[in-house]
Amino acid sequence: MKCSEFLHELTDYLDGVIDAGTKSELEEHLAWCHNCYVVCDTTKKTIEIYRDSKLYELPENLETKLRSAIATRCKSHKNKTSEGKA
Amino acid sequence: MGAIQPKVSEPVSDELALVDAAKAGDDAAFEELVRRYDRNVFRIAQHITQNREDAEDVVQDAFVKAYTNLKQFQGQSKFYTWLVRIAVNEALMKLRRRRPERTVSLDEDVKTEEDSVPREVADWSPNPEQQYTQAELRDILDRTIHGLPATFRTVFVLRDVEGLSTEETAEALSLSIPAVKSRLLRARLQLRERLNKFFQRRDRTNGSQKTVSGDGNQ
Repeated sequence: MKCSEFLHELTDYLDGVIDAGTKSELEEHLAWCHNCYVVCDTTKKTIEIYRDSKLYELPENLETKLRSAIATRCKSHKNKTSEGKA
Repeated sequence: MGAIQPKVSEPVSDELALVDAAKAGDDAAFEELVRRYDRNVFRIAQHITQNREDAEDVVQDAFVKAYTNLKQFQGQSKFYTWLVRIAVNEALMKLRRRRPERTVSLDEDVKTEEDSVPREVADWSPNPEQQYTQAELRDILDRTIHGLPATFRTVFVLRDVEGLSTEETAEALSLSIPAVKSRLLRARLQLRERLNKFFQRRDRTNGSQKTVSGDGNQ
């Protein structure tokens, strides 16, 4: 297996959605190709770091403000619709 | 090396019941759906627009749009996937308004062959994120993902940050499954490449960094 073929399968390999035959070919490649091992390992870490990062968490006060604004706008839409029907 | 662990999402078994109740006029049921998903929608919107005020608007607009169009939701997909689709469209509209000089479309396939080929292969420290404070780390991650084209960023966020499946991501973005997979691979590899300079192992003066040729079959 060439490195380019390994990279082509990397996403499915990391997602664990790959058939057993391809998986063992990929792991055989990983066993001797240090570069692909590092790329695979650091790509996996990239995903894990972003997933755990709490980047763009919604602060509680903002969440309260947004929920209230949404509720007001939904209520106003409902009132308009029911006035239209009346 | 094992696969990444799939993100465990909250049980959605009662989601349909909430949607049905909301359709029947139960506002408390809709408010529960807002409580359940507003954080996710905010994160997605912030990732796409890269702007806090726009993200706040997107959260409001997406939920109000979902509320006013609830009857059109047929329950063939998860409510959350339907909501994400609305939110992504709202976020892209904001982005287009803010950057009219740049066309932003999820269909755009940023074709650069080299972006799929790792150029720099460097081992990372065992727990690279621990070299930085939380604030520094967030800044690094923010700036790094900011540099990706919107189409890659969006696929990465839905799949890897929010934990949607490939099929759900394809549905939410109106993309084919191969298109989602191809963008996801490139997004992951580009982020990895960009994070190298922050996370690479620093305990060796040489030999820790290698350049890979296009088809580095060795």
